[in-house]
Amino acid sequence: MELLNIQQIEKYYGSKSSLTKAIDDISFTVAQGEFVAIMGASGSGKTTLLNCISTIDHVTAGHIYLENTDITTLKGKELNKFRREKLGFIFQDFNLLDTLTAYENISLALSIQKIPATEIDKAVNTVAEQLGITDVLQKYPYQMSGGQKQRVASARAIVTNPKLVLADEPTGALDSKSAKMLLERFNYLNQKHNATIIMVTHDSFTASYASRVIFIKDGIIFNEISKGADNRKQFFDKIIDVVTLLGGDMSDAL
Amino acid sequence: MLFKLSLSNIRKSLRDYAIYFFTLIIGVSVFYVFNAVSGQVAMTVIDSDSREIARILQMGISAMSVFVAGVLGFLIVYASRFLMKRRNREFALYLMLGMSKRKISAILLIETVIIGLGSLGVGLLLGIGLSQIMSALVVSLFEADMTRYSFMVSGDAIGKTVICFAIMYLVVMIFNSVIISRFKLIDLMQSGKKSEQIKLKSPWLCIIIFLIAAAVLGYAYYQVGWNYSEVKSNKMALYIAMGSVSTFFIFWSVSGMFLRIVMSMKNIYYRSLNAFTFRQVSSKVNTMVFSMTVICLMLFVTICALSGAFSMRNSMNANLQELCPADFELSANLDEPVENLDIVTECKNNGLDIMTYAGEYTRFYTYGDSNFTFESFCGNNAEKVKSQFQFLDYHNSEQLVGLNEYNALMKIYGKETLSMNDDEYILLCDFKSMKAVRNSVLKSEGEITVYGHKLKSKYRECQNGFISISSQHINAGIFVVPDSILEGQIPNGEYIIGNYNTADKESKKETERIVKNDYHEMTKNLSNLSFFRSGGYFGFSTKLNIQSGAVGLGAIATFMGLYIGLVFLIACGAILALKELSESVDSIDRYEMLRKIGADESDISKSLFRQIGIFFLLPLILACVHSVFGMKFATYFLEIFGTEKMAESIAATSIIILLIYGGYFLITYFCSKGIIKERK
Repeated sequence: MELLNIQQIEKYYGSKSSLTKAIDDISFTVAQGEFVAIMGASGSGKTTLLNCISTIDHVTAGHIYLENTDITTLKGKELNKFRREKLGFIFQDFNLLDTLTAYENISLALSIQKIPATEIDKAVNTVAEQLGITDVLQKYPYQMSGGQKQRVASARAIVTNPKLVLADEPTGALDSKSAKMLLERFNYLNQKHNATIIMVTHDSFTASYASRVIFIKDGIIFNEISKGADNRKQFFDKIIDVVTLLGGDMSDAL
Repeated sequence: MLFKLSLSNIRKSLRDYAIYFFTLIIGVSVFYVFNAVSGQVAMTVIDSDSREIARILQMGISAMSVFVAGVLGFLIVYASRFLMKRRNREFALYLMLGMSKRKISAILLIETVIIGLGSLGVGLLLGIGLSQIMSALVVSLFEADMTRYSFMVSGDAIGKTVICFAIMYLVVMIFNSVIISRFKLIDLMQSGKKSEQIKLKSPWLCIIIFLIAAAVLGYAYYQVGWNYSEVKSNKMALYIAMGSVSTFFIFWSVSGMFLRIVMSMKNIYYRSLNAFTFRQVSSKVNTMVFSMTVICLMLFVTICALSGAFSMRNSMNANLQELCPADFELSANLDEPVENLDIVTECKNNGLDIMTYAGEYTRFYTYGDSNFTFESFCGNNAEKVKSQFQFLDYHNSEQLVGLNEYNALMKIYGKETLSMNDDEYILLCDFKSMKAVRNSVLKSEGEITVYGHKLKSKYRECQNGFISISSQHINAGIFVVPDSILEGQIPNGEYIIGNYNTADKESKKETERIVKNDYHEMTKNLSNLSFFRSGGYFGFSTKLNIQSGAVGLGAIATFMGLYIGLVFLIACGAILALKELSESVDSIDRYEMLRKIGADESDISKSLFRQIGIFFLLPLILACVHSVFGMKFATYFLEIFGTEKMAESIAATSIIILLIYGGYFLITYFCSKGIIKERK
């Protein structure tokens, strides 16, 4: 079933004299339960694309449909409602509130939806168990490791059962062990709980956990490959091939 | 090069500088207004023959302006520190590029000079404007003569302001250089990125500290509010210290307990953005316990000073109506009885013919029996009274006046007359603390012996009443006795009290001018007055004179009270606003994150409103509680001025606080809202 439908979106920056096309006519769809990685070098427009999908940024042209709602037309309160009910965010720098404990950070996503305290408690404990962070729930961000922080942020993103989880370089600030652990959790959420995930990354290893990878270069889709029946290792080799094809700066990012 | 950099810095961080600049301008203008207006008020309300008051006033003003300069200096150093913190990353960049610390100091120096000159200029202009409004306000407050008031620019005040602020800016510069010399590059670069360490205080410790602090505060309240007759000045300092310290600990413990309590109420804590709101508040209060204490105490002083000033002004105007019902009083109250006492004739012979100006008047003698002193009045209670009030004069003979003569005076005053039997007397007294002493004697004994006659008191307590016109309740005791027992005795005092023979205000003034002139001429040579050789009191007081004196004194007191109150209020508001705004700048990322996870804009605004609201309210609430007891104590001492219209004064105080403090609150809220607004 089709969840997200992106139709010919464009995003321009700057004035007429010096126009930068961050996104230049991109279209694709994401089905329910898919785990999609978007890859590209710095400046390729992948983060802009994610920002447009997450309604943080506005498109210059084109439409984005989530379950048949055109999210490019949403404004003000509707936009906030859409964000808190349909989307879950995971950021590179975690974006946890440093004054709140892990538990409170996660519960905040529910409490702004005006969900009663008793239900909040149940939901937070469940999601903490899924992500293996039950023992850090009462800690503050400064008391946690990067991996723990990112899993808390992930818990906050999925605790509301969003239609779509958006992750912007989720492993960017993590060491390789923590990154692997986080990605295995993503896989678990994707396969066991049927969560739809779109993840932006420039790291081939991270991308190899996805079921499909979309490559972006200079604002357009360069290539797209699916995991299909491959195992992760094989899929990783395929990704490396495309990255080599993309050439230039992308290979540095490995 | 450095100059250019400084200038562009100011332009670049205009928003941060705006807060600083605003604080400075307020400081400069407030300081100028104080120095200019106090001089003008003194000139306007003080009559030419109240030089003594004028001198006391000048001293008071000088002392006050030093004090005010201190408060403003503190405010400015605080504001500049706030600004320095905001620019840590900029300094880090300079250092990284290889600029020496001395050069950074030089940049700051140039910036301070530019800002200083700018704020001095703008502040002085604003101050000159404000001082016109302020002095008009103060003058009109006392129904004083407006003709002497004119537009004025005080060069003296400008000079004082410039010198004071030059010193303050110098202090700021030194302060900044010291801070810069202590910079560490790594700290500068990471400033703002370091996440705060949150330590929750132990709840039991908080509760214990809170209880102790509350108990200490309660004890101080009790001593000051109910036990005030025992309070001596050195003990007073102790109670103030106790109050201040326990205020600190109350904030300390409340900041710890507050969060715990809210956290335990899960339904409230996990609703909407409440968890975020309360965490923000508690972390702010935690780091600001000391500032909160200072603000709370300053607000306390503000409330007391404002309501004290207003009530003084109100009751002074009311007292004059009640206590000064006749135009003039020529009187002598001598140390020893004088045979053939006749001050009217004697004054006439020396150039003051009061009778030609008097309309309705009365003339009477008062007496003193050397065997009837305050000590003998106290009788068996003397020992007890003496142990309590060592400072009273126990060997002065009490003042006696005949009933009929007193009643004649009351007719002039338009007040009720008295009546009693031939073996009775009535004690008049309206000076509160003296009244209490005398009442305690009247309750147990009350029988006196005057010129060999035994008299008993008609009433079991003192009656309100007085002979001399005055501006305050200062009659410490006069005995109204039957006329028969005074017959054949030699008086030691004589009074001529009455109204002038002219009706309208202008001609009264004219008459008074002539009479007073004659009086001054006559008193140049007091030895010509034969009755005065034994010493004592001789004087001429008039309603107009008393009015201007009282009004002058009241105006000064009120002005000082108003001024101190306003300065403190502005300082409190500015400190809170600065702190809150810098807090908002630091929290931009947090609000951005809340938006990303989909929090409603209205919820975010509500959270911000609550945070700032709690922050502003907390010190105000405690200050109000302090003030209730502080005022109770103050009224005891303001008694002689009268404290009748307390409610009115408190209402006026509340309005001023609501306007200024509330204004600061709203400005802070809207500015913060602007700061955290979504960046597009």
